[in-house]
Parts: sequence; C-alpha cells; structure tokens
Amino acid sequence: MSATVAGTGSRFYETAIGKKIVMAVTGVILVGFVFVHMTGNLQVLQGADKINHYAKLLRTSMPLLWTARLVLIASVVLHVRAALQLYALKAAARPVAYAKKAHRGATLASRTMIWSGYTLAIFIVLHILHFTTGTIHTDFVEGDVFHNVTTAFKNPLIAAGYVVMMGFLFMHISHGIFSLTQSLGLSHPRYSAAAKTVARVLAVIIAVGFAAVPVAVFAVIAK
Amino acid sequence: MTLNALNANVPEGPIEKKWDTRRFEMKLVNPANKRKYKVIVVGSGLAGGSAAASMAELGYDVDCFCYQDSPRRAHSIAAQGGINAAKNYQNDGDSVWRLFYDTVKGGDYRAREANVYRLAQISVNIIDQCVAQGVPFAREYGGTLANRSFGGAQVSRTFYARGQTGQQLLLGAYQSLERQIGAGKVKMHPRTEMLDLVVVDGRARGIITRDLVTGKIEAHAADAVVLGTGGYGNVFYLSTNAKGCNTTAIWRAHKRGAHFANPCFTQIHPTCIPVAGDYQSKLTLMSESLRNDGRIWVPLKAGDTRKASDIPEGERDYYLERRYPAFGNLVPRDVASRAAKLACDEGRGVGPGGRGVYLDFAESIGRLGEAMIRERYGNLFDMYERITGENPYQVPMRIYPAIHYTMGGLWVDYDLMSTIPGMFVIGEANFSDHGANRLGASALMQGLADGYFILPYTIGNYLAQSKGPKIDASHAAFKDAVKGVTATTDKLLASKGKRTVDSFHRELGLLMWEACGMARNEAGLTAALEKIPQIRAEFWKDVILPSGGAEMNQELEKAGRVADFLELGELMCFDALQRNESCGGHFREEHVETEGANKGEAKRDDDNYCYAAAWEYKGPDERQALHKEPLTFDNVHLTQRDYK
Amino acid sequence: MTRTFSLTLHVWRQKSAKQAGQFAKYIAANVSEHMSFLEMLDVVNQDLLAKGEDPIAFDHDCREGICGSCGFMVNGDAHGGHRGTTICQLHMRHFKDGEELWLEPWRSAAFPIVKDLAVDRGAFDRIIASGGFVSVPTGSAVDGNAIPVPKTEADLAMDAAACIGCGACVAMCPNSAAQLFTAAKVGHLGLLPQGQPERDRRVLAMVGQMTAEGFGHCTSTGECEAVCPKEIPIAFIARMNRDYLEASVKERPQANRGGSG
Repeated sequence: MSATVAGTGSRFYETAIGKKIVMAVTGVILVGFVFVHMTGNLQVLQGADKINHYAKLLRTSMPLLWTARLVLIASVVLHVRAALQLYALKAAARPVAYAKKAHRGATLASRTMIWSGYTLAIFIVLHILHFTTGTIHTDFVEGDVFHNVTTAFKNPLIAAGYVVMMGFLFMHISHGIFSLTQSLGLSHPRYSAAAKTVARVLAVIIAVGFAAVPVAVFAVIAK
Repeated sequence: MTLNALNANVPEGPIEKKWDTRRFEMKLVNPANKRKYKVIVVGSGLAGGSAAASMAELGYDVDCFCYQDSPRRAHSIAAQGGINAAKNYQNDGDSVWRLFYDTVKGGDYRAREANVYRLAQISVNIIDQCVAQGVPFAREYGGTLANRSFGGAQVSRTFYARGQTGQQLLLGAYQSLERQIGAGKVKMHPRTEMLDLVVVDGRARGIITRDLVTGKIEAHAADAVVLGTGGYGNVFYLSTNAKGCNTTAIWRAHKRGAHFANPCFTQIHPTCIPVAGDYQSKLTLMSESLRNDGRIWVPLKAGDTRKASDIPEGERDYYLERRYPAFGNLVPRDVASRAAKLACDEGRGVGPGGRGVYLDFAESIGRLGEAMIRERYGNLFDMYERITGENPYQVPMRIYPAIHYTMGGLWVDYDLMSTIPGMFVIGEANFSDHGANRLGASALMQGLADGYFILPYTIGNYLAQSKGPKIDASHAAFKDAVKGVTATTDKLLASKGKRTVDSFHRELGLLMWEACGMARNEAGLTAALEKIPQIRAEFWKDVILPSGGAEMNQELEKAGRVADFLELGELMCFDALQRNESCGGHFREEHVETEGANKGEAKRDDDNYCYAAAWEYKGPDERQALHKEPLTFDNVHLTQRDYK
Repeated sequence: MTRTFSLTLHVWRQKSAKQAGQFAKYIAANVSEHMSFLEMLDVVNQDLLAKGEDPIAFDHDCREGICGSCGFMVNGDAHGGHRGTTICQLHMRHFKDGEELWLEPWRSAAFPIVKDLAVDRGAFDRIIASGGFVSVPTGSAVDGNAIPVPKTEADLAMDAAACIGCGACVAMCPNSAAQLFTAAKVGHLGLLPQGQPERDRRVLAMVGQMTAEGFGHCTSTGECEAVCPKEIPIAFIARMNRDYLEASVKERPQANRGGSG
C-alpha cells in the first residue's frame, strides 16, 4: 500500500494486469496446443496406421518439433510463474479472511483455477513421462503410439485417471478461455455475453475429445 | 435590536456590466506570488471542491477539509434532476436575461438582483467546463447536448446526466480536485471536521479541526478561509439531506462574527417518500418530474381507511387540479407542499400515520401504457418499491413533503465575502442567490458558479489588498481557540446522562417541523422559542456519550452538530417570527390573501420586508441583532405569483 | 400489518487499525420490516448507548445509495447481496425472524480498518489522483456543443461513470482486486472525446497506482459486477485491459513526463 500517488505508470509486467495478459497470451498458445493435440489423438480411433503415421509426421523435422516444444515449455513456464505470483498477490491483498463468504456469480471453476492448475501441472509431467519418454510406461515401444496408448488404457485405473484429468482440464479451460478474452480486452457489447458459452462449448469439445480415447480403448477391451 | 443597513458592495452601472466592471476593478495577485498565499477550503462539494481545484490551478496553496472519508461523497452527489444554463441550445427563446428573471421571480423577490444576474451569465461557462471535464451529460443522436424543462420555467434549459446529475458534476469537480492533490497543490484532509474559526485583528486567519479518526484537535493558519459546507436542513432531523450534513462550520463562524442571513428560508420538497416509523433516519426524495404524469389525490372524506383501489372516482379529491386548474399538479414546490399538509391536517392523509397523499399513475398508465411510464420513470419506480415494498405500477405511490434545501445561510457581499474579512462563503452555505425559494436545477448551478468562476477571482482581490502579518498556528488566538474546542469536546465526552444525542435531535426536529416548517404562525413560533432553550439546557445536562476521545466517535460528532442545531433552531424561529409576511418557502398563516381569486394564498409585504435579514451573534443566550440589506429591484418588477 | 421480528447479529468490533478485532453478539429485537438495514443498526446502537456501551461504528451519509459511504458484508455478501442495492437501501423485509447475520467490514490490505465496520478507502482517491481526470483547468473549455459525442458513447460512458466508489467490488472479489473501480473510470473517460488526449497516460498511471496500493488481480469471476450497486459490468475491465495493452505497446520514454498537474 502506498500513501502517495506514484504519478506515472509502472512497467508492464509489474502490474497484475500485465501478468494477466501474459497468462492470457500463453493461455491462447496452450489452448491452441491442446486443441490440436486432441484432434491428433482422435486418430487413435481410426487405427494403428493412422495414428502412428501422424506421430511420425510430427517428427519429420526435429528442429521444428523442438521449436514447438520450446514455445510450449516457455508458455507453461510463463503461465505458471504468473499464476504463482498472482496467487501470492491475492494472499497479500487480503491478509485477513472473511469469517463468512458468499458467492455471487463466481463459478466453481473460476474459484479453483489455481487448484485445477496445480493438478494439471502434475498431470502434464506424468503424461510426458508416460507417453513421450515412456519412463513410467510398463510396456513402452518407441514410435508405436497406438500400442503405447492401447496398452496403457487397458488398465482401468489409468483410463479412469485420464478421464478424471480431462474433467480438471475442462474446468480450467472453460473459465480460462472466457477469462483470457477479458484479459486481452476482447470484449464487445454484443458478443461478450456469448464468450462464456463459447468458452464452455470449446472446453467440452476438447475435454470430451481427449476423454474419448481412453473411454473407447477401454470399451473395446471390455467387449 | 439594532437596525444597520448592510453594504453588499455591488458595483455601479447597468446590471449586465456589473460583473465585468468588478473583474476589471479587482486587484490581482502576481502569478509568482500566489503560492505564498495559503487558502483553507472547508467542504468538498460542488462549491468547495470546484473552488479548491480552481484556486490550486491558479497557484494558491490550498488546504481542503471534509468530514466524509473522501471528497467525492459530499451531498451535492445526491442531486438528481439537473443543472440550468442559459445556453439556448434549444432555440426556444432562452437568454441570460430570462434565466435571471425566472430565478428572481422564483425566489419570490428576496434575492439580490446583481448576484442572480451574474449567476445567469456564468451558467453557460459551467456547462462548457463540465463537458470538457468529461461529465457524461445526456446527448441527442446527433451528438449535441440534450435538455429538459423543469419547474418554474417555460424553456428547456436543464442539462442532465440521467437522474444522477449532481453525482456527475461532483465527480467532475472531484477529479479536478484529485488532479491537484496528486500534483501536490492541494492538501486534502478527509474525515476532518471544522470546529471553530480563528479571527485575528478582525480577519479570518484559520480554523480549528478535529481529526475524526484520531480525535486530534489541530489549528490551521491561512490567509483566507472559504466555507462551502452546505445547508442546515438537518435541523429538522428528518430531511432529504445526508446524515452528516450540519451547520457546525457556518454556525461557529457566525459566533465569531459572520452574520447569518434569512435563516428561516427553507425549502420543502413535495415529492418525498413518507415517514414509515419512528426509527426513520432520513427521507428520500423522488424527482419532481413524477408530477408530470402522476395525479395527486386524497379521499374526499376524512378518516377513510379503504385501500386506494376501493375508493371510487367520485370519492377522491384531486385537490391540486381542483384548486389550481391552470397549473394543476405542476404548481411550484411550496404550493404543492402546503396543499398536501392541509389535506393531511384535515384528516384525509393516507398510509400509516396519515401523513401522506397519493400520487397516482393509473390514468397515465392507461393512456400511455406501462412501457412508456417505465421508460420515463423506471428507476424512480424501482427506488420507491425498494424502499416501501409496494409496486407503484399497481398501487398509487404515497408521497409527503420534506425539508430539502436551505436558502438562508451566512450573509455575503457581491464578492461572496462574509462580514468577517477574509472569510468567504459559497454554495448552499451562503444566502445570496435563491431568495425565499430556489427553483429546481439551480442549486448545482450556483455551487459551481461560486466555486469555479466567482470565488477564484474575488479571493484574489482580497488577498492582493490584505497584507496582514504572517501568522502561524502558534499565535495566541489559535491556542485559545484550540483550548475552547478541547474544553467543549471534553465536556461532551464526560456527559453521562440518560438521553442519546439522536433523541434530542428528534425532539428538536419535530418541534421545528411543527413550528417552523411548511407553515408558521406567531403562536407556534413563540412557543417554540420558549421550548428550544429548555431542550438545549437539558441536552447539556442529560446527554449520554461514549468516552472515546482519541478514536472514531460518531456520537461525539453528532453531539457537536446537534448542539449547534439547538442554537440555530432558535434563530430560525426568531427570524420567522420577525418576518411578518409570507414569501416563498416562508409561509406565515396570518399573512394570506383574504379575498379575491387568490384567497388563502401567500401574501408578500414588499413595503416592509423587502430586505435580507442578517443576524449578528451577541453572545450565549443573548438576543441576536438584526441588520438589514435592503433589496432593490430595478430590473425585475415586483409582482405577486399566481398559479390559479 | 407491519411485521416485526428479532435477529441475532455477530458484528466485527475493532477499536482501530492497530488493535485486534473480534466478533460480538447482539440481539436486534423489534425489527420492523420497513426499516432499512442501517436504521436497524441505529436502533441497536441506541440500546448500546443506553447500556453505556460503545455503539457500532459504520460509515454512512446520504442513505439513498449514491454517496458510496456505506458498505459492509452481511453473511459474506457485500451490501447484503441484493442486485443494485447499497446496504443503506436494503430493507429488513428481506429477512426472517430469528436469522443470524454476520457483519464484517470490507477486508482488503488496501482498505485498512478505521473502526468496527468502517474502513479507509483512500486508495481509491489516490487511484483517481494518479490519472482519473481530464486535465482541463477552469476557464479553458470550449463550447459544450463544439465536440459532438455520439449518444451511444455518452450513454455507455454514463454506465461506467455511475460508480459510487463504495468498494463493494474489492470486498467481494476473491482476490481483493480493484479492477472494476479503476476500469469504470478508465472506461468513462476513455469513451469520451474529451478523454482522448490523456487516454494512454491515464490507464498506465491508474493501473500503476492500483498495483502500488496492493490490490489483487482479476480472475474474471464476476463477483464484483454481481454486487455492484450501480451494476457496472466487467466488460469495462476487458476494455481497460485492452487500453492498458495498447498503451504499453505505444509507450515511449517521454510518455509519462510533462503535462504538469
């Protein structure tokens, strides 16, 4: 708190709004990534050839792949860093909590972004160890995505775990997509009202698209 | 009682040239020297806020004080309707002269012509200034400013920002003030109350304040003091004023030698929501515009307790339409208010307690449709429903008059200086421009005219000529004043009687409302003059206060204010008693037309009372001395108002 | 018939910013449904005074929802949580006999407690002082109709300008953010032609001051707009963010200098 008027602006990232804009821009990149990732994944349903071919395609150019990976890693790092800094700010901004606190309009998703965020962060690490490096996969075959996926999701616990994680992803991005339109100032008198709905629909498509793979694999096994 | 004529220091020459003449005559302060002059501004409403900002822009060293937690909260913020200006944007024949004429006539010929003319002249600059500040006035589709008409005028000259004109104008002034605060040109003292004026060698040289958070009593020295502390309507306890509105600053200045003019001139607003119970803390105004489409009525028979919907047309008395066929429901505020009181006095009032009349929109809704009424008054209807729990689309509203504005205040000359050299009084706190009755949309105009465009000039003229010695707060006069204020504060804090401050305030308010409210008479005023000193004595003997002096103590704040109301109330009654005429908001039951078409209507006495009554404080429990400023009307001819 | 009833109040009592506070329990008896919430507290205070106790301090002034003085939490809802209503406009008919109410002050590091339910909102004034104005010295204005303002823009500006600075947005926000307050002023002035010359400078300065005051960040929960007595929408926050982004991109080293106050 300052008792005086600073009189001038401060540096972009020092303000909460600057951090939120960083979160929003990295959020756009990450949502874009998960969307593409999801559409790619759906090829599992089309059989081994299709998905393995796709996986191979992605690896045609290692420099390109690593550029993309670096952008994603940087996005995650910046996103998480801003989130942690803002979360610390929140605690400092209200040192004494309310004895009673009601909620008017705030969705569960909007109030639990940090928690869904933590969960997803852990999930991403496990997911990379699971399907990218194979470190924690019990039967990992380098380059055979179809095999890796189907063997993993035969395990009902893993399949269910992935579905649950997609629930968290839905929560996180259903609010995140709306929130990033706010942070980036994409409001419009006529279309703003639709932003929440669009965000939710997009989040459902992504989450269901992802969840379709473990569910389908498990369903086929179960037959 | 002495009878001295006061000199208003009005410039010579034709009325159109007076302000130009004065501005040319005035001595100027060298721009480089302005920062060496310290000016104290008490109050941060339209008048005080605009004055503080404008003087800081000129280069003066300004200290501004307000009792609220922020200068943005002054009660100017609650004004709904609008602000008048002689722009003639509507091409409907408006002019400076017409605004001047309407204001003098509306004030029932008890205002100073030269001041009113200047107000009308300046009105056009105010609109320009406010627009430039970003005040979001209502606009037409072509992008030009919209206007509406208001009571007492036949032209559309009122500028407005929805129903929140006062708020928007105040925020404009507040933003200008904050700009100066941010730039270090104004030192703001929020939550600080002025408790005394310090006069040294006959000149105002500072004030004593109490910090409402820490309780610290402090002295502030300056080269001039400006009071923009608003009106004293809360002497009636229930009014449309904010709870904190008080007379303390002007009353204590009065006790230091500033004459108090026309204290009995108070304005009653006819369309307020009636009192619901004895816990009622304030009254809420509903915009006067409601009278454009609502019809006012009471049951024909006294003691009729049926629901409004059960009373057939034939058993309703649309008394304003009956008595004033020409103006009907749109008669001026004072006339409408008195007619409502009369109906209730006859036992025909409606609602709990019987102090209310119906304002019925059924006919308008039938004629125009509910949608149209909703568009025009939707926010007001919502407000009414929020407060009363009744839906005015289905049942008639209940309204009753309430105290709204005080035309009286500290006497000032043409330069807005009080009878204490170096102390200026602006806005509602002074008495100058509205005579015995203020027209709608004129209060905002006056506050901003004083603050933006008059005081910043006239105070320079004073400062340029008053080369007093440098004085700081260590001067003996300040020490004495601090001692006095501390003693009074300690006395109140030590008081452990049985009655709360509010109970005394309620008692005084009720008495004032009965004796010195909408209608006054000699017997009532005389009785009140006996009763008020008794209440005052009991107050000092039996009031109970919590002890905390070095912390926020809202009871102590109230107690100091009520103590002053208890003295002011007496002066108001005395002023009302000496003014043996009816004019504007001052209606003496003995002074009415006894015959002809206007039988029963207010009767002015221009031969004997065409003056402003300025009272001089003579000491505790002493009768105050009357000074008269004769009012001459060279440009507007004195006529009786007629609304039949 | 007027309904009367009684309530149990748990009121936060704190002598000053420096001292610790705690809840105290009071019974409000004979509450009339026609009372406003503050009138109900007035009656409680009269009883406390009669018993020689310290009355509950709370800010209030106009008691008609426009000055912005009043405001505290009732059961975790700013101003009691009724749409478009300040606590002074909230009437007791909305409550039931025997209800238990928890009254807490606005809680934010940027709003230190003054006493009981009263807080210091000076941070809001300082945000305005940093840039929430149009620099137009008295007397330097052009004619009011010289610059046409489209009605739609003027109306939208008025929607934002309606802010009463009560602080409910900060109080209700899970992050104690002042975005809605700041955005309302940035939006109001940014929508009008008169506000354009200082548009970039204003948003940079105000956002900077908001940060310096220690307010939190916006997570777009919408809690603020739900309790805003003037129903200012969070679309204005998006607008401010866009302005801030644009101004940051355009900012030149000199942008913050000059233009003496």
